Amino acid sequence: MPPLDEPALDLSPKVSDEVRKTTCYMCACRCGIDVHLREGADGSVKVRYIEGNRDHPTNRGVLCAKGSAGIMQHYSPARLRKPLLRTGPRGSGEFREIEWEEALEKAVEWLKPIRESDPKRLAFFTGRDQSQSLTSWWAQQYGTPNYAAHGGFCSVNMAAAGIYTMGGAFWEFGSPDWERARYFMIFGVAEDHDSNPIKLGISRLKARGAKVVGVNPVRTGYNAVADEWVGITPGTDGLFILALVHELLRTGHVDIDYLTRYTNAPWLVNRSPGERFGLFARDEKGRPLVWDTATGQPARWDAPGVVPALKGDFAGPDGGRVTPVLELMARKYLEPEYAPETVAEACGIDAATIRRIAAELVEAAFEQEVVIERPWTDWKGERHERMIGRPVAFHAMRGISAHSNGFQTCRALHILQILLGSVETPGGMRFKPPYPKPVEIHPTPHSRTQPGGPLNGPHLGFPRGPEDLCYEEDDCSPGGCCARIDKAFTWENPLSAHGLMHMVISNAAAGDPYEIDTLFLYMANMAWNSSMNTRGVMDMLTAKGEDGEYRIPHIIYSDAYSSEMVAYADLVLPDTTYLERHDCISLLDRPISEPDAAADAIRWPVVKPETQGEGRDVRGFQTVLIDIGARLGLPGFVDDEGKAKYADYADYIVNHERRPGVGPLFGWRGEGETTGRGRPNRDQLARYVANGGFHTAHVPEEAAHFKPWNAAYQDWAVEMGFFDKPSPYAFQLYLEPLRKFQLAAEGHGPRQPPDHLRERMQLTFDPLPVWYPPFADADEAEYPLHAITQRPAAMYHAWGSQNAWLRQIHGENPLYVPAQVCNDAGLEDGDWAWVISPHGRIKVPVRRMQAVNPKTLWTWNAIGKRGGAWALGEGAPETTRGFLLNHLIHELLPPKGDGLRWANSDPITGQAAWYDLRVRIEKAEPGEVSEPHMEDQESPVGQGPDKLAYGEEW
Amino acid sequence: MTSLPKTTEKKLGLVIDLDICVGCHACAVACKEWNTGAYGAPLSDQDAYGAEPEGTWLNRIHSYEVTPREGAAQIVHFPKSCLHCEDAPCVTVCPTGASYKRQADGIVLVNEDACMGCGLCAWACPYGAREMDAAAGVMKKCTLCVDRIYNENLAEEDRVPACVRTCPANARHFGDFADPDSEVSRMSAARGGMALMPEQETKPVNRYLPPRPKDGAGAPVRLAELAEPEAKGFLGWLDKALARLG
Repeated sequence: MPPLDEPALDLSPKVSDEVRKTTCYMCACRCGIDVHLREGADGSVKVRYIEGNRDHPTNRGVLCAKGSAGIMQHYSPARLRKPLLRTGPRGSGEFREIEWEEALEKAVEWLKPIRESDPKRLAFFTGRDQSQSLTSWWAQQYGTPNYAAHGGFCSVNMAAAGIYTMGGAFWEFGSPDWERARYFMIFGVAEDHDSNPIKLGISRLKARGAKVVGVNPVRTGYNAVADEWVGITPGTDGLFILALVHELLRTGHVDIDYLTRYTNAPWLVNRSPGERFGLFARDEKGRPLVWDTATGQPARWDAPGVVPALKGDFAGPDGGRVTPVLELMARKYLEPEYAPETVAEACGIDAATIRRIAAELVEAAFEQEVVIERPWTDWKGERHERMIGRPVAFHAMRGISAHSNGFQTCRALHILQILLGSVETPGGMRFKPPYPKPVEIHPTPHSRTQPGGPLNGPHLGFPRGPEDLCYEEDDCSPGGCCARIDKAFTWENPLSAHGLMHMVISNAAAGDPYEIDTLFLYMANMAWNSSMNTRGVMDMLTAKGEDGEYRIPHIIYSDAYSSEMVAYADLVLPDTTYLERHDCISLLDRPISEPDAAADAIRWPVVKPETQGEGRDVRGFQTVLIDIGARLGLPGFVDDEGKAKYADYADYIVNHERRPGVGPLFGWRGEGETTGRGRPNRDQLARYVANGGFHTAHVPEEAAHFKPWNAAYQDWAVEMGFFDKPSPYAFQLYLEPLRKFQLAAEGHGPRQPPDHLRERMQLTFDPLPVWYPPFADADEAEYPLHAITQRPAAMYHAWGSQNAWLRQIHGENPLYVPAQVCNDAGLEDGDWAWVISPHGRIKVPVRRMQAVNPKTLWTWNAIGKRGGAWALGEGAPETTRGFLLNHLIHELLPPKGDGLRWANSDPITGQAAWYDLRVRIEKAEPGEVSEPHMEDQESPVGQGPDKLAYGEEW
Repeated sequence: MTSLPKTTEKKLGLVIDLDICVGCHACAVACKEWNTGAYGAPLSDQDAYGAEPEGTWLNRIHSYEVTPREGAAQIVHFPKSCLHCEDAPCVTVCPTGASYKRQADGIVLVNEDACMGCGLCAWACPYGAREMDAAAGVMKKCTLCVDRIYNENLAEEDRVPACVRTCPANARHFGDFADPDSEVSRMSAARGGMALMPEQETKPVNRYLPPRPKDGAGAPVRLAELAEPEAKGFLGWLDKALARLG
């Protein structure tokens, strides 16, 4: 009983009628969520609230701001309601609503004839798609070579460098050992990629007193709580890392035992001039060789009992001279160009700090060695009594990746980890199943088309050398035609493992390398924040030929919301929200595994779309894609009689087999008790639902570390179906595929690059990581400052702008300007400034900041919006003061006077070099609206309501 | 005027760790999400999709740039909600008795049935921790999720405020400061937990753990060991290293 003067309170009010567990999609991190449902005032099922699932391996119960704002996303007024057919000019936003049957037949009417005649006339690209194992397979069956997702403008450098160097990458496929690391460095990580796991992890590290070092030009988010902040100048991370490598080598602090056993440090490199210069010495079966000091003879690298040399000059098997990789590395990185004193000014980090950080890395790695008393056996059969680890862990993301030197920078970071012996050892970085996987068991790219038939293999892959480039008729001479519309896997960017989504519209509008008929996009806001040169892309989407028709004749777009891209589509296929759909977060794609467990997950319709808003007639995109596939009669989508093979995406998830016994989900296969390989089980989804929406299979203890070389892990991975036979391998300090391209650039081999690329390839395709200035630095004199974006933790997707709660946190994005730059330019808080790049100028509101690299301006990404989009009302700050940096960035470098189009991309992978941007700043006249300001689009969904009082009825 | 209880049996409150708060706003949004459908009137939003969106929040995150005399500037994230003061001026100022402090646990609440929306309590609160809901016309404030922490419809482990339940950085902790052995009391004692603006003499219950010193050289490292290896540079060292491996 409360005291007499206190009102009686119900301390145990009803919370919800039911809790349904599914997977979040407020960003790409795939946390588990408990969705509490409760009857609303009108009797319908409504979302009472959403919280983190405590049992879930990704977020362990916590949930970020975005996840908790899911209600506002799910009930957003910007949700599309019905299929739309364009009635006004492209870009206007004028549509009429149509029925699904008409929409699907319209799609087939466009897609069927081009498949019969020339499938490459379809370009199918997806954005933050978590169903790439389906979408890529669909594109392959359709037969177009033009498929990829958004990795090319996100973080392909990080992914590709990781896989080429060590058989796995950060984030989805690798994680710091949060339990044991003593020293943790993050490079170029804003508050995303990933979200909750890093926050959980940093918290655990700090609770244990481990040191966290943030390397980032801006000190916000994770970098704000780091114990030390290294405010590096953008584009120089590679130089800083190689200076650390210099220090480790100079002082003899590298893990020699680890390098000898698990890396190509002892592999012999051919040093005799000629067409094999710089390639590995190999035996008659092509297996790499080392110099066995016991026998004084070359020996297979993985032969038992060999004691390989790590330095020296030897006579190779074919008569030439050979030297181990480690000696080449030592000679390269001990050069004074990598000394801390040399790099300090460029990096904006003083030499003493670089030396100290090197010393701290050494101290943590070698003085605080982690030992787990757990025996394990390597693939050669050698038993190890204990697991010895180096408790130094790294994580990195787009900040080091989205540069024209990003691939080599990411490689440098991995080399640093490996020299310390901290990859896949306790305390370091740990792979998450189905990784690690060597390049050798990944596919090469495929691009051969046939009228009316499928492509000759998977689109995306990892080229081993010039022989894997994608040209039509295999003609990669200067006269040859690129096979893909985005020019992936060409001399301009040979290792473009994720494609180049950012070049698709530009190339299609230019008819270079060829014209297309239909552009089909999913969940990618290419008419706004997902493109460089936004105004230019808007013009390309509306450009017309001499015949008065659009240069890109048909555009089909699927999205759940009324985005800027919707206005440029001819046909809009409305997707569901994330609470209304089936999905699988698959081991065939990007699963939710943790280092100690393989794990996958589902989404399922915890509410039905038709009950979640008036007139709502939407379908999950994957179900629609499967329907279109069946209507087109694509192989795999129809049975022998030509009838649809799958009723919907849920049916596909359960019954599709990619290889015998291996399907999209690995849990509860066969009779329901089999994990990994097993025949389809029709109760599979029900089992996932009953288990909270996910399935885990624990890595056996003996297999938990040293996975690439651990026999127990390799056997378990085969059992699970990750690969078909044990696949141990060595980390690639020295990357031979790069050397093969470099040899081509030097004039060797049958496939030769165009002359204008030779010099650049010789510089950038160094088989040992190298640093070169970002290409945009050529304009440094006129544009002395850098400008970058990052995403706020509370709003890491463009989708946030429609979210009534999140937009109160980030409704606009000032340009943050270093104090000294403000002083020099006469700028004060609230002033407006012109920011000018070689490509354009924007007028933006300014805010002064000190906790930032003194040469770097920055702002939040994707806050600025086009008027009329996202159901925003008149004068919404996102549409007035908000702005995009994208207007300053071109997909091409400024013309060099040679008549060539030089892409603003990494020359190795084609990753969009967003963060190379160079600018200058000038004070502008006061204003109310940022420039350029785009004309409004019509909203096909009207405007959001004025007042909200969510939860009133409860 | 409304009177405060002389003592309360418990002093429930929060510890907020500023050393690890990354300023992600998870707590603020989880709070809004739980409370808009919970105790009292919903937390409404005005001009929700328009030019000046503004709603009611019971917890907001403020970010400050701090430039020390020596060294690089820092960013400190500072979540702020009601501190459930022992001498809560927002209670004593209330003309209707709507604002009160619970004798059982010290939670400061607003009885919305008795609140006439005069706003005096918000003026009296030195922390700006109360917000008038524009739609309902009643004063809203942190309830410490009084409808969660004792709620038998929730699993026992979930009987904590929504902000504590969700914090991804584990920067928020809930407990009884009247008990010197409670986790929050011990944590606050160990890390020098601070009361906000003690000079106001409101005796806030919540405690903030200050950020640990930053940008120092960390644990001493034997830099001397990183001198040039004795003989013949790295390649000379390599021979010795290999010899050691046997």
